[in-house]
Amino acid sequence: MTRDPIGMALSAMTRLAASPLLDRLGLRSSVEKTAYHGTRAGFRTIALAGREFNRVSSWLPRKKLPGKAKPALFDLALDDDQQMIVDTVGRFARDVLRENAATADEAAAIPADVFESAAELGLTLYAVPAEFGGVADSISPTTSVLIAEQLAWGDMSLAVALLAPFSVAQAISQWGTGEQQSRYLPAFCEGQPPVATIAVDEPAPLFDPMTPTTEAVPTQNGYRLNGLKHCVVLGAQSDLILVSALLHGTPKVFIIEGTQAGIELSAEATMGLRASQPARLTLNNVELPQDALLGDDTFDYQAFLDQGSLMRCGLAIGTAQAALDYTIPYCNEREAFGEPISHRQSVAFMISNLAIETDSMRLVTWRAASRAETAQTFHREACLARVLCNEKAMEIGTNAVQLLGGHGFVKEHPVERWYRDLRSVAILHGGLHA
Amino acid sequence: MFLETPSKFAPLIHQARQVANEVFRPISRKYDRAEHAYPHELDMFATIMDGMNDGAGDGGAGAGKLARSGAGNGETGNRNGTNMKTVLGLIELCRGDVGLALSIPRQGLGNSAIAAVANEEQLARFGNTWAAMAITEPGAGSDSAAIRTTATEDGDHYVINGEKIYVTAGDRADAVVVWATLDRSLGRAAIKSFVVEKGTPGMTVERLEKKLGIRASDTAAIRFENCRVPKANLLGNPDISVDKGFAGAMQTFDNTRPVVAGMAIGVASAALEKTKEILSGVGLNTDYQLQTWNLPAASRELQLMEAELEAARLLTLRAAWMADNGKPNSVEASMAKAKAGRVGNRITLRCVELCSGVGYGETELLEKWSRDSKILDIFEGTQQIQLLIIARRLLGKSSAELK
Repeated sequence: MTRDPIGMALSAMTRLAASPLLDRLGLRSSVEKTAYHGTRAGFRTIALAGREFNRVSSWLPRKKLPGKAKPALFDLALDDDQQMIVDTVGRFARDVLRENAATADEAAAIPADVFESAAELGLTLYAVPAEFGGVADSISPTTSVLIAEQLAWGDMSLAVALLAPFSVAQAISQWGTGEQQSRYLPAFCEGQPPVATIAVDEPAPLFDPMTPTTEAVPTQNGYRLNGLKHCVVLGAQSDLILVSALLHGTPKVFIIEGTQAGIELSAEATMGLRASQPARLTLNNVELPQDALLGDDTFDYQAFLDQGSLMRCGLAIGTAQAALDYTIPYCNEREAFGEPISHRQSVAFMISNLAIETDSMRLVTWRAASRAETAQTFHREACLARVLCNEKAMEIGTNAVQLLGGHGFVKEHPVERWYRDLRSVAILHGGLHA
Repeated sequence: MFLETPSKFAPLIHQARQVANEVFRPISRKYDRAEHAYPHELDMFATIMDGMNDGAGDGGAGAGKLARSGAGNGETGNRNGTNMKTVLGLIELCRGDVGLALSIPRQGLGNSAIAAVANEEQLARFGNTWAAMAITEPGAGSDSAAIRTTATEDGDHYVINGEKIYVTAGDRADAVVVWATLDRSLGRAAIKSFVVEKGTPGMTVERLEKKLGIRASDTAAIRFENCRVPKANLLGNPDISVDKGFAGAMQTFDNTRPVVAGMAIGVASAALEKTKEILSGVGLNTDYQLQTWNLPAASRELQLMEAELEAARLLTLRAAWMADNGKPNSVEASMAKAKAGRVGNRITLRCVELCSGVGYGETELLEKWSRDSKILDIFEGTQQIQLLIIARRLLGKSSAELK
């Protein structure tokens, strides 16, 4: 059952259109919305507690999705497929994520309805090859980055949470062995996909994801892991966690199920990304079987991180765009000295620079993603995108608060939240994979 | 979506790079020192470039071809045309030398102005003329609506009076496109451009400026004293219409700003490449990293500068791509110019710093590039003018509201 790109997008649209929940959310008045903010029970209630992934006896051969054909010309236009996804996800970000962002941040939890309606988007389907029940017929880092950008426009924190399972599905699709793909991927195509995440970051100053201190030691039956991870998105709720660790001095990634003995997860309070419920993960003599090692000899840890960075950049772009879209009307409406503050060059030029640097981040990231998508080398471009986003995202965050002055400092406006969320861009490496 | 340089332009880029390496670089220092000396080496090269352009099946490249691409040619679908090709070529040429690139015969900014607003008859007449551009006056720089040079109708002629400064290639070019007002009381709508051919009585090159950089390019001050030009030399429409008059002339900039941005990218690329070569020669790690804080400060700075340069380059290609596809690109052209102008300057200056005495001395070209880059954040609209254009558009403000 192979679907072409249009069929794939239509499939997602149909699933979305069929959702009475999203309709309800989209049409709700702000009063109704406020009422339902009260029920911030978190999505845990809807996740399947202690989900188990059984080994499959007759697994399919490894499916390696191909890259897309390399176009002949420079082209900034999105194709029909991408445009449809951007429109759909953008609408969801506006109607659901932005509306719930403040509450979710305050509660450091995701309103159950948000997670449920996000599942209706069927994002994980785009990550999984048709053989395992998804709709992917090629790798699509560009589309992934566009999705991250759109979701983050609504709220970076909720975006990070929604993208964690998507990213795990992407990582297993890209790197997993046939057995691993057969075992885990079909679940991501079910109505209620597993909660899953990627644990890379460690609580160390100057932490470099290329050299984790978490270590894997070979045992008779597999591996024993010890170490400490932090800022693990949805850590405590996850049915599946991909964990990076050094094996014989080389960084590798291991698949750990939520029910695994020896892992301990505790909630962690952070400056931002609060709704993503970051957790600290302790690995204490975690005994894993041989097949817990993600992929085979072709696994490329650097590329694994590079693809995470593309998504991080996508989040930065989306939030920066949100800041630009918010500060423009604010500066036009806010008056001082008898006229809008936007009539002053010192204010107006900050807006110009916000726009220039947002587009700078976007184009450099898009180029890296489009190289990845057409199966060209992209390590250089991913590093350039990342270092640029690291710098510019925070600059935009702090300038957006500055433009609102005192109003930027209080929670009545979203910019202080964007400021806190944008600080994470330069710091985190886990949780994402394009 | 695909952001790679199209392979069909690879031959052009290769040729331009050869020119940069084999023609420009070897004489770069010579004409930096011999300011105002005419670089004869360029004459033969210009002929080769004419041949390249005329022979090109897709409309060629260069200053005189810019506005003819994209808009209204009835083609549908994605196009990578003359604007992108010109930008890509200029990036490579300016990797060689900005001053020399500005001195290539028949590639003047006046040629872009002619291409943008000339009618068919004028295009035929001036198409092969090397044309400089004269806008700035001693009392009017960024505020080009405030120019005082006048053009007075007299029979079949206009009589031009006034003083122009900072005319790039003003002495060497065959003609100068002069901005003058038909009626100062009617404001910017009355400003028109006129082609004044060299040797026209009443036009005098007063002096050539001594400059910080781009010394290979002559920068002239020109006086017009009862200078009579045929009426047919007024570019575009002689009617004074509030809607179109000035805007038409200003539209030239939408096409030339990405080209100047390309120049900044070229010179900054040269500096960055040279600096990486010098620093890796003394053992500095120049590998790309996702987390750069454990690297030496110089390594991190190199990666960040390369990222900034990549951003400027892509903003510039975007503006050119939009022009090629007939999309309005004023804001994007200004974004490209603002970004490339400032990072081009910052990169070239930082490269001098990173190479220390090697960078500051005249043995290498690094110090020269850091002087050349400064003008690129000034001419064709300063950094501040670009930010103003962008802000007015984003905020929906008039020039009366956001001054």
